[in-house]
Amino acid sequence: MFRLDGKVALVTGASGGIGREIVRALHAQGATVVLSGTRQAVLEEVAASIGAEGGADRLHVCPADLSDATAADALVAAAEETAGAPLAILVNNAGLTRDTLAIRMKDEDWSRVLDVDLAAPFRLCRAALKGMLRRRAGRIINIASVVGVTGNAGQANYAAAKAGMIGMGKSLAQEAGSRGVTVNTLAPGFIQTAMTDVLPEAQKEKLVGSIPLGRMGQPGDIAPAVVYLASDEAGWVTGATLHVNGGMAMV
Amino acid sequence: MSEIADKVKKIVVEHLGVDESKVTPDASFIDDLGADSLDTVELVMAFEEAFSVEIPEDAAEKITTVKDAIDYIEKQKAA
Ligand SMILES: NC(=O)c1ccc[n+]([C@@H]2O[C@H](COP(=O)([O-])OP(=O)(O)OC[C@H]3O[C@@H](n4cnc5c(N)ncnc54)[C@H](OP(=O)(O)O)[C@@H]3O)[C@@H](O)[C@H]2O)c1
Repeated sequence: MFRLDGKVALVTGASGGIGREIVRALHAQGATVVLSGTRQAVLEEVAASIGAEGGADRLHVCPADLSDATAADALVAAAEETAGAPLAILVNNAGLTRDTLAIRMKDEDWSRVLDVDLAAPFRLCRAALKGMLRRRAGRIINIASVVGVTGNAGQANYAAAKAGMIGMGKSLAQEAGSRGVTVNTLAPGFIQTAMTDVLPEAQKEKLVGSIPLGRMGQPGDIAPAVVYLASDEAGWVTGATLHVNGGMAMV
Repeated sequence: MSEIADKVKKIVVEHLGVDESKVTPDASFIDDLGADSLDTVELVMAFEEAFSVEIPEDAAEKITTVKDAIDYIEKQKAA
Protein backbone atom coordinates (compact mmCIF):
# COMPACT_ATOMS: atom_id res chain seq x y z
CA MET A 1 0.00 0.00 0.00
CA PHE A 2 0.89 3.65 -0.51
CA ARG A 3 3.68 2.97 -3.03
CA LEU A 4 4.61 5.89 -5.27
CA ASP A 5 6.98 4.21 -7.72
CA GLY A 6 7.42 6.04 -11.01
CA LYS A 7 5.75 9.21 -9.75
CA VAL A 8 7.38 12.64 -9.77
CA ALA A 9 6.75 14.84 -6.74
CA LEU A 10 7.67 18.49 -6.19
CA VAL A 11 8.12 19.51 -2.55
CA THR A 12 8.58 23.20 -1.75
CA GLY A 13 10.22 24.16 1.51
CA ALA A 14 12.33 21.00 1.23
CA SER A 15 15.20 22.72 3.07
CA GLY A 16 12.98 23.12 6.15
CA GLY A 17 12.20 20.83 9.06
CA ILE A 18 8.91 19.41 7.83
CA GLY A 19 9.78 19.56 4.12
CA ARG A 20 12.85 17.36 4.38
CA GLU A 21 10.88 14.64 6.19
CA ILE A 22 8.20 14.84 3.48
CA VAL A 23 10.92 14.36 0.86
CA ARG A 24 12.37 11.41 2.77
CA ALA A 25 8.97 9.72 3.10
CA LEU A 26 7.87 10.20 -0.54
CA HIS A 27 11.28 9.02 -1.72
CA ALA A 28 11.11 5.94 0.50
CA GLN A 29 7.81 5.04 -1.19
CA GLY A 30 9.57 5.04 -4.55
CA ALA A 31 8.79 8.54 -5.83
CA THR A 32 11.21 10.73 -7.73
CA VAL A 33 11.35 13.94 -5.72
CA VAL A 34 12.27 17.47 -6.76
CA LEU A 35 13.37 19.55 -3.76
CA SER A 36 12.76 23.30 -3.80
CA GLY A 37 13.61 26.14 -1.44
CA THR A 38 15.79 29.25 -1.60
CA ARG A 39 18.93 27.80 0.01
CA GLN A 40 20.48 25.68 -2.73
CA ALA A 41 23.35 24.40 -0.57
CA VAL A 42 20.95 23.13 2.09
CA LEU A 43 18.74 21.49 -0.55
CA GLU A 44 21.81 19.71 -1.96
CA GLU A 45 22.75 18.58 1.55
CA VAL A 46 19.27 17.20 2.24
CA ALA A 47 19.25 15.39 -1.12
CA ALA A 48 22.72 13.96 -0.48
CA SER A 49 21.85 12.71 2.99
CA ILE A 50 18.62 11.05 1.84
CA GLY A 51 20.27 9.72 -1.33
CA ALA A 52 23.10 8.18 0.69
CA GLU A 53 20.69 5.45 1.75
CA GLY A 54 20.00 4.63 -1.92
CA GLY A 55 17.98 5.97 -4.83
CA ALA A 56 20.08 9.13 -5.21
CA ASP A 57 19.12 9.25 -8.89
CA ARG A 58 15.51 9.90 -7.84
CA LEU A 59 16.37 13.16 -6.06
CA HIS A 60 16.69 16.51 -7.82
CA VAL A 61 17.21 20.06 -6.61
CA CYS A 62 15.40 22.99 -8.15
CA PRO A 63 15.75 26.24 -6.15
CA ALA A 64 13.24 29.09 -6.38
CA ASP A 65 12.38 32.17 -4.36
CA LEU A 66 8.60 31.96 -4.01
CA SER A 67 8.25 35.62 -3.03
CA ASP A 68 9.03 36.27 -6.70
CA ALA A 69 5.86 35.70 -8.78
CA THR A 70 7.79 34.93 -11.95
CA ALA A 71 9.93 32.34 -10.19
CA ALA A 72 6.82 30.75 -8.66
CA ASP A 73 5.11 30.59 -12.06
CA ALA A 74 8.16 28.90 -13.59
CA LEU A 75 8.84 26.31 -10.88
CA VAL A 76 6.53 23.48 -12.01
CA ALA A 77 7.93 23.52 -15.56
CA ALA A 78 11.47 23.68 -14.20
CA ALA A 79 10.83 20.72 -11.89
CA GLU A 80 9.36 18.65 -14.72
CA GLU A 81 12.34 19.49 -16.90
CA THR A 82 14.78 18.52 -14.14
CA ALA A 83 12.99 15.26 -13.37
CA GLY A 84 12.40 14.51 -17.04
CA ALA A 85 8.76 13.58 -16.50
CA PRO A 86 5.43 15.27 -15.73
CA LEU A 87 4.46 16.08 -12.18
CA ALA A 88 2.19 13.59 -10.40
CA ILE A 89 2.36 15.08 -6.90
CA LEU A 90 2.68 18.70 -5.75
CA VAL A 91 3.33 19.45 -2.08
CA ASN A 92 3.04 23.14 -1.23
CA ASN A 93 4.98 23.13 2.02
CA ALA A 94 7.13 26.29 1.88
CA GLY A 95 5.96 28.89 4.35
CA LEU A 96 7.11 31.62 6.65
CA THR A 97 5.84 33.65 9.59
CA ARG A 98 6.15 37.33 10.50
CA ASP A 99 4.46 37.30 13.91
CA THR A 100 3.31 40.43 15.64
CA LEU A 101 0.07 41.82 17.04
CA ALA A 102 -2.13 43.35 14.35
CA ILE A 103 -1.85 46.89 15.69
CA ARG A 104 1.90 46.70 15.15
CA MET A 105 1.79 44.74 11.91
CA LYS A 106 3.46 46.46 8.95
CA ASP A 107 2.07 46.23 5.44
CA GLU A 108 5.22 44.40 4.47
CA ASP A 109 4.67 41.76 7.23
CA TRP A 110 1.21 41.18 5.84
CA SER A 111 2.07 41.08 2.15
CA ARG A 112 5.19 38.96 2.45
CA VAL A 113 3.35 36.23 4.35
CA LEU A 114 0.37 36.36 1.98
CA ASP A 115 2.70 36.25 -1.04
CA VAL A 116 4.78 33.27 0.03
CA ASP A 117 2.16 31.31 2.00
CA LEU A 118 -0.88 31.82 -0.24
CA ALA A 119 -0.18 33.47 -3.61
CA ALA A 120 2.79 31.23 -4.42
CA PRO A 121 0.90 28.01 -3.62
CA PHE A 122 -1.89 29.23 -5.90
CA ARG A 123 0.61 29.88 -8.68
CA LEU A 124 2.05 26.39 -8.26
CA CYS A 125 -1.40 24.78 -8.15
CA ARG A 126 -2.42 26.63 -11.30
CA ALA A 127 0.68 25.56 -13.19
CA ALA A 128 0.47 21.95 -11.98
CA LEU A 129 -3.26 21.60 -12.63
CA LYS A 130 -2.96 22.41 -16.32
CA GLY A 131 -1.00 19.24 -16.95
CA MET A 132 -2.71 17.11 -14.30
CA LEU A 133 -6.18 17.81 -15.72
CA ARG A 134 -4.99 16.85 -19.18
CA ARG A 135 -3.37 13.66 -17.90
CA ARG A 136 -6.40 12.88 -15.75
CA ALA A 137 -4.22 12.19 -12.74
CA GLY A 138 -2.58 14.14 -9.98
CA ARG A 139 -2.34 14.84 -6.29
CA ILE A 140 -1.99 18.26 -4.71
CA ILE A 141 -1.29 18.52 -0.99
CA ASN A 142 -1.17 21.96 0.59
CA ILE A 143 0.42 22.31 4.02
CA ALA A 144 -1.70 24.79 5.99
CA SER A 145 -1.77 25.02 9.78
CA VAL A 146 -4.11 24.47 12.70
CA VAL A 147 -4.11 28.24 13.21
CA GLY A 148 -5.78 28.68 9.82
CA VAL A 149 -8.82 27.14 11.51
CA THR A 150 -8.47 28.36 15.11
CA GLY A 151 -6.75 31.71 14.61
CA ASN A 152 -3.87 32.78 16.84
CA ALA A 153 -2.98 36.07 18.50
CA GLY A 154 0.04 37.55 16.76
CA GLN A 155 -0.55 35.65 13.52
CA ALA A 156 -3.31 37.55 11.69
CA ASN A 157 -1.27 37.44 8.47
CA TYR A 158 -0.25 33.79 8.77
CA ALA A 159 -3.70 32.58 9.90
CA ALA A 160 -5.30 34.47 7.00
CA ALA A 161 -2.93 32.86 4.52
CA LYS A 162 -3.47 29.36 5.92
CA ALA A 163 -7.26 29.76 6.10
CA GLY A 164 -7.10 31.05 2.53
CA MET A 165 -5.23 27.94 1.54
CA ILE A 166 -8.03 25.77 2.92
CA GLY A 167 -10.71 27.65 0.94
CA MET A 168 -8.55 27.64 -2.17
CA GLY A 169 -8.01 23.89 -1.86
CA LYS A 170 -11.73 23.18 -1.54
CA SER A 171 -12.41 25.24 -4.67
CA LEU A 172 -9.66 23.59 -6.68
CA ALA A 173 -10.87 20.17 -5.50
CA GLN A 174 -14.28 20.94 -7.03
CA GLU A 175 -12.74 22.17 -10.27
CA ALA A 176 -10.43 19.18 -10.67
CA GLY A 177 -12.63 16.37 -9.36
CA SER A 178 -14.08 15.32 -12.71
CA ARG A 179 -10.55 14.56 -13.90
CA GLY A 180 -9.59 12.37 -10.97
CA VAL A 181 -7.18 14.98 -9.62
CA THR A 182 -7.39 15.45 -5.85
CA VAL A 183 -6.55 18.54 -3.82
CA ASN A 184 -6.26 18.23 -0.06
CA THR A 185 -4.99 20.28 2.84
CA LEU A 186 -2.88 19.03 5.71
CA ALA A 187 -3.05 21.16 8.82
CA PRO A 188 -0.20 20.45 11.25
CA GLY A 189 -0.33 21.49 14.87
CA PHE A 190 2.82 22.68 16.66
CA ILE A 191 5.81 20.89 15.19
CA GLN A 192 9.39 21.12 16.40
CA THR A 193 11.25 22.94 13.58
CA ALA A 194 13.13 26.19 12.98
CA MET A 195 9.74 27.90 12.72
CA THR A 196 8.80 27.08 16.32
CA ASP A 197 12.33 27.05 17.81
CA VAL A 198 12.07 30.84 18.05
CA LEU A 199 9.10 30.69 20.45
CA PRO A 200 9.85 31.49 24.09
CA GLU A 201 10.21 28.43 26.36
CA ALA A 202 7.26 29.49 28.53
CA GLN A 203 4.98 29.73 25.53
CA LYS A 204 6.07 26.30 24.31
CA GLU A 205 5.29 24.79 27.72
CA LYS A 206 1.86 26.34 27.66
CA LEU A 207 1.27 25.01 24.17
CA VAL A 208 2.27 21.49 25.12
CA GLY A 209 -0.15 21.76 28.03
CA SER A 210 -2.98 22.24 25.53
CA ILE A 211 -2.05 19.13 23.52
CA PRO A 212 -3.88 15.99 24.73
CA LEU A 213 -1.09 13.76 23.42
CA GLY A 214 1.24 15.71 25.69
CA ARG A 215 4.11 16.64 23.39
CA MET A 216 5.01 18.81 20.44
CA GLY A 217 4.86 17.08 17.08
CA GLN A 218 7.89 16.04 15.07
CA PRO A 219 8.27 16.41 11.28
CA GLY A 220 8.02 12.61 11.18
CA ASP A 221 4.45 12.92 12.49
CA ILE A 222 3.47 14.92 9.39
CA ALA A 223 5.27 13.17 6.52
CA PRO A 224 3.27 9.89 6.61
CA ALA A 225 0.04 11.86 6.25
CA VAL A 226 1.44 13.44 3.08
CA VAL A 227 2.32 9.98 1.75
CA TYR A 228 -1.25 8.86 2.36
CA LEU A 229 -2.80 11.85 0.57
CA ALA A 230 -0.36 11.39 -2.34
CA SER A 231 -1.14 7.70 -2.76
CA ASP A 232 -3.50 5.96 -5.18
CA GLU A 233 -5.28 4.59 -2.11
CA ALA A 234 -6.46 8.14 -1.23
CA GLY A 235 -8.20 8.44 -4.60
CA TRP A 236 -11.59 9.13 -3.03
CA VAL A 237 -10.37 11.84 -0.66
CA THR A 238 -10.52 15.41 -1.95
CA GLY A 239 -11.22 18.88 -0.57
CA ALA A 240 -10.44 17.50 2.87
CA THR A 241 -8.44 19.09 5.65
CA LEU A 242 -6.47 16.48 7.55
CA HIS A 243 -5.57 17.72 11.02
CA VAL A 244 -2.42 16.25 12.52
CA ASN A 245 -2.04 18.12 15.79
CA GLY A 246 -1.86 15.76 18.77
CA GLY A 247 -5.46 16.59 19.58
CA MET A 248 -4.79 20.29 20.17
CA ALA A 249 -7.84 21.28 18.14
CA MET A 250 -10.49 18.67 17.40
CA VAL A 251 -12.13 20.09 14.31
CA MET B 1 -11.59 25.91 -45.83
CA SER B 2 -9.36 28.45 -44.11
CA GLU B 3 -6.16 27.55 -42.36
CA ILE B 4 -7.66 28.81 -39.11
CA ALA B 5 -10.69 26.55 -39.47
CA ASP B 6 -8.46 23.57 -40.10
CA LYS B 7 -6.36 24.26 -37.05
CA VAL B 8 -9.41 24.84 -34.82
CA LYS B 9 -10.83 21.49 -35.92
CA LYS B 10 -7.58 19.74 -35.22
CA ILE B 11 -7.42 21.19 -31.72
CA VAL B 12 -11.01 20.15 -31.01
CA VAL B 13 -10.38 16.60 -32.26
CA GLU B 14 -7.25 16.32 -30.15
CA HIS B 15 -8.71 17.79 -26.98
CA LEU B 16 -12.06 16.09 -26.95
CA GLY B 17 -10.93 12.83 -28.55
CA VAL B 18 -13.87 12.91 -30.99
CA ASP B 19 -14.04 11.72 -34.59
CA GLU B 20 -13.12 14.40 -37.11
CA SER B 21 -16.35 13.87 -39.04
CA LYS B 22 -18.34 15.03 -36.00
CA VAL B 23 -16.53 18.36 -35.81
CA THR B 24 -18.88 20.25 -38.16
CA PRO B 25 -19.19 24.05 -37.99
CA ASP B 26 -22.49 23.87 -36.13
CA ALA B 27 -21.36 21.25 -33.65
CA SER B 28 -21.78 22.45 -30.07
CA PHE B 29 -18.87 21.51 -27.82
CA ILE B 30 -21.12 20.56 -24.96
CA ASP B 31 -24.29 19.26 -26.66
CA ASP B 32 -22.75 17.47 -29.63
CA LEU B 33 -19.15 16.74 -28.77
CA GLY B 34 -19.51 15.64 -25.16
CA ALA B 35 -17.44 18.42 -23.59
CA ASP B 36 -17.98 19.55 -20.02
CA SER B 37 -17.35 23.08 -18.74
CA LEU B 38 -13.74 22.30 -17.88
CA ASP B 39 -13.16 21.01 -21.43
CA THR B 40 -14.48 24.27 -22.89
CA VAL B 41 -12.09 26.28 -20.73
CA GLU B 42 -9.21 24.04 -21.77
CA LEU B 43 -10.24 24.43 -25.41
CA VAL B 44 -10.27 28.22 -25.18
CA MET B 45 -6.82 28.13 -23.58
CA ALA B 46 -5.60 25.85 -26.36
CA PHE B 47 -6.95 28.28 -28.97
CA GLU B 48 -5.24 31.18 -27.21
CA GLU B 49 -1.94 29.36 -27.27
CA ALA B 50 -2.20 28.06 -30.82
CA PHE B 51 -3.23 31.37 -32.35
CA SER B 52 -1.46 33.75 -29.95
CA VAL B 53 -4.69 35.59 -29.22
CA GLU B 54 -6.29 36.57 -25.97
CA ILE B 55 -9.89 35.49 -25.50
CA PRO B 56 -11.43 37.39 -22.58
CA GLU B 57 -13.89 35.64 -20.27
CA ASP B 58 -17.02 37.28 -21.70
CA ALA B 59 -16.03 36.38 -25.26
CA ALA B 60 -15.09 32.85 -24.22
CA GLU B 61 -18.57 32.32 -22.78
CA LYS B 62 -20.09 32.97 -26.20
CA ILE B 63 -17.91 30.45 -27.98
CA THR B 64 -20.12 27.37 -27.83
CA THR B 65 -19.74 25.88 -31.32
CA VAL B 66 -16.88 25.14 -33.68
CA LYS B 67 -18.02 27.99 -35.94
CA ASP B 68 -18.09 30.44 -33.00
CA ALA B 69 -14.44 29.66 -32.34
CA ILE B 70 -13.39 29.97 -35.98
CA ASP B 71 -15.28 33.26 -36.41
CA TYR B 72 -13.85 34.77 -33.26
CA ILE B 73 -10.27 33.87 -34.10
CA GLU B 74 -10.61 34.99 -37.74
CA LYS B 75 -11.92 38.33 -36.56
CA GLN B 76 -9.05 38.75 -34.09
CA LYS B 77 -6.50 37.81 -36.70
CA ALA B 78 -7.97 40.21 -39.27
CA ALA B 79 -7.96 43.11 -36.82
N1 LIG C 1 6.46 24.12 12.54
C1 LIG C 1 5.19 24.20 12.85
O1 LIG C 1 4.81 24.19 14.01
C2 LIG C 1 4.15 24.30 11.78
C3 LIG C 1 2.82 24.22 12.16
C4 LIG C 1 1.83 24.29 11.20
C5 LIG C 1 2.17 24.46 9.88
N2 LIG C 1 3.48 24.56 9.51
C6 LIG C 1 3.77 24.76 8.10
O2 LIG C 1 4.62 23.76 7.62
C7 LIG C 1 5.41 24.24 6.55
C8 LIG C 1 6.89 23.92 6.80
O3 LIG C 1 7.29 24.59 7.97
P1 LIG C 1 8.57 24.18 8.84
O4 LIG C 1 8.10 24.10 10.23
O5 LIG C 1 9.26 23.04 8.25
O6 LIG C 1 9.41 25.54 8.74
P2 LIG C 1 10.94 25.81 8.36
O7 LIG C 1 11.80 24.75 8.92
O8 LIG C 1 11.15 27.21 8.74
O9 LIG C 1 10.94 25.67 6.77
C9 LIG C 1 10.32 26.61 5.94
C10 LIG C 1 10.60 26.26 4.51
O10 LIG C 1 9.95 27.22 3.66
C11 LIG C 1 10.88 27.68 2.72
N3 LIG C 1 10.66 29.09 2.35
C12 LIG C 1 10.49 30.14 3.17
N4 LIG C 1 10.41 31.27 2.46
C13 LIG C 1 10.55 30.93 1.16
C14 LIG C 1 10.58 31.65 -0.06
N5 LIG C 1 10.45 32.99 -0.11
N6 LIG C 1 10.75 30.96 -1.22
C15 LIG C 1 10.88 29.62 -1.20
N7 LIG C 1 10.85 28.88 -0.08
C16 LIG C 1 10.71 29.53 1.09
C17 LIG C 1 12.22 27.56 3.39
O11 LIG C 1 13.21 27.47 2.38
P3 LIG C 1 14.67 28.20 2.55
O12 LIG C 1 15.01 28.07 3.97
O13 LIG C 1 15.53 27.43 1.61
O14 LIG C 1 14.42 29.60 2.11
C18 LIG C 1 12.08 26.29 4.19
O15 LIG C 1 12.42 25.18 3.41
C19 LIG C 1 5.13 25.72 6.45
O16 LIG C 1 4.17 25.97 5.43
C20 LIG C 1 4.51 26.04 7.80
O17 LIG C 1 3.64 27.15 7.74
C21 LIG C 1 4.48 24.49 10.44
